[in-house]
Amino acid sequence: MSEHQPQQPGIFSGLWATARRDLLLAWKRPGDVLNPLFFFAMVCTLFPLAIGPSAEQLEFIGPGVLWVAALLSTLLSLNSLFLGDFEDGSLDQLLVSPQPLPVLALGKTLAHWLTSGLPLVLVSPILAMTYRMPGSVVPVMMLTLLLGTISLSLLGSIGAALTVGLHRGTALLSLLILPLAMPVLLLGANTVSLAAGNDIYTTGIWALGAYAVASLSLAPYATAAALRISNE
Amino acid sequence: MTARLAADNLTLIRGERCLFEGLDFALNDGELLLLEGRNGCGKTSLMRAIAGMLSLETGQVLWNGVPVLKQRQTFHGELVWLAHRTGLKGDLNMVENLHFEESLRPQSGRDREAVYARLGIERLKRLPLRSLSAGQQRRVALARMLLADVPLWLMDEPFTNLDREGRKLVMELAEEHLAAGGLCVMAAHQDVEIGAPVTKIHMQ
Amino acid sequence: MWKFFHRLASPPHFYRLAAIIAPWFAVPGLLLIAYGAYAGLFLAPMDYQQGDAFRIIYVHVPSAYLSLMAYMIMAVSGGIGLIWRMKLAHAVAAAAAPLGAAFTFLALVTGSIWGRPMWGTWWEWGDPRLTSELILLFLYFGYMALRGAIDDTAKADKASAVLALVGVVNVVIVHFSVEWWSSLHQGQTLMKKGGPAMDPGMLYPLLGMILGFTFLFGSLLLRRVRTEVLFRERRTRWVREMILSPEGS
Repeated sequence: MSEHQPQQPGIFSGLWATARRDLLLAWKRPGDVLNPLFFFAMVCTLFPLAIGPSAEQLEFIGPGVLWVAALLSTLLSLNSLFLGDFEDGSLDQLLVSPQPLPVLALGKTLAHWLTSGLPLVLVSPILAMTYRMPGSVVPVMMLTLLLGTISLSLLGSIGAALTVGLHRGTALLSLLILPLAMPVLLLGANTVSLAAGNDIYTTGIWALGAYAVASLSLAPYATAAALRISNE
Repeated sequence: MTARLAADNLTLIRGERCLFEGLDFALNDGELLLLEGRNGCGKTSLMRAIAGMLSLETGQVLWNGVPVLKQRQTFHGELVWLAHRTGLKGDLNMVENLHFEESLRPQSGRDREAVYARLGIERLKRLPLRSLSAGQQRRVALARMLLADVPLWLMDEPFTNLDREGRKLVMELAEEHLAAGGLCVMAAHQDVEIGAPVTKIHMQ
Repeated sequence: MWKFFHRLASPPHFYRLAAIIAPWFAVPGLLLIAYGAYAGLFLAPMDYQQGDAFRIIYVHVPSAYLSLMAYMIMAVSGGIGLIWRMKLAHAVAAAAAPLGAAFTFLALVTGSIWGRPMWGTWWEWGDPRLTSELILLFLYFGYMALRGAIDDTAKADKASAVLALVGVVNVVIVHFSVEWWSSLHQGQTLMKKGGPAMDPGMLYPLLGMILGFTFLFGSLLLRRVRTEVLFRERRTRWVREMILSPEGS
């Protein structure tokens, strides 16, 4: 060992390092990012096909459909959050890393949100247009999706950590996450509906924001604990 | 005097099976701990237990006299684990993989190019790891271990996928590490010739 | 005090103690339920709005209360098991889950039966309590599915404890968000908050039923934990000795 005075990395270096690596991986495999987006668009297409093209009806169900589709699409991408790391052994390396595990887990969740939640928010106006959503409502919808997908990624990371390495993990993950995610869906979709009906919608925005902040401060610890337990 | 790395009365039960019971050892600077035994006898589990990744039925692992679970971050900062699975990303190239590992640790004083040259991987820098052979990937994992520049090496079957030359290289590296005052825990099911004080644990 | 808890938490000791205590829960529980059922169905006056239909609260309310209570027990004992590594606490959590799910199901069924004459439909999405209860049932399903999916008992205990702790925070959020949601859609609820005080003739049987259900739940939980402990300790010496001894079982 060399007589070298080491410079300690900062507390967030683990966050940036894991986020950067996962973004790099996503860049090299764009399919993993695009597939959930296509899924999102397809689910949104299913509803007009199933219930008919009546403009009035579509306008009415639009917020709900977009939100359900966003939830399902997030769920679809969550399964792979830790699976790749589990299979090639890098999850074990993260567990013995000198960086705090909650920070590393948060870095991975951040990368997940940047590659799944944020793209959803960005393409949602196009789909909202096909549902005749008024232009004034679209920013509200994007804001609810922005806050909501943050919460969903964080909640989902707990579920993904609990089910990593289990057989039939995908179905189980949905079973664990959907009931936890119901308040987010309920707040998000109804806030958009309120905005579309020219009602006061700020309560929903505040509640979603509070949910996102609470999950941001608590979920990484739960995820880290779950990762340690799953890898015993 | 407290040993650098010590185990006190370790018992591990996985499911219905007791893998080891009442296991003790003590390891000091410059010493090698060799875990011997058939496949599936619990060598990897013991190594995971040393790294603080398993919850033990009884006992604890101590680093500088302090239980590792009470100083997880510090302890992990002083060990590197060469696992059976390399833990490297096949889609990234060698430099990207090693850069990620380096950014998690304090900057080491090691000369990167010299390490690459020693391991014979200096030409593989820009290739995705997926395209390398298993032996070459193992050498990249060895590079990560050397660049971490830490006292404790945990090596789980370090000779897997390596040719005769590679095996010799691993033994040399371990010997140098021990001679410089490092510690090494090694699980192997074949003969190991390393010139250093050795403690052996034969697992049933 | 600590010594007492330690002794209590030792599986053989608990196993014997639970067998002694369980009847002390079961007998008063059944007596209270008998009183509550008789008084509630025959003696209590009719509700001026709902007629005889209201009498289902004597099953619905205790079930709904226990459905939440069981989740709390599951989460708290899971937390104790995680923090203090107490194996008995995990056995309690494992035993409480199916009971809680059963009471949740009972609360849903009775709520739905109650709703039939009131709303003219078996299911009314506008009722926040029923909707929260349904989400609670899903939380139980998730918990039991996770337990079932992990082969190693120790790992299943810890993973499901994390889930229960996350879930218990969520139960509160579900409650408030569903209330908000149903207030948007003019939901109709069967029980209004701060309504006129209940007639004592209606109230006392209800309290009797709640207490009786709780005792019954306690007795069932003790029995289930006993079975769980016996199964988990099946390889140990005390279980073998107990089964082989002539006065065993």
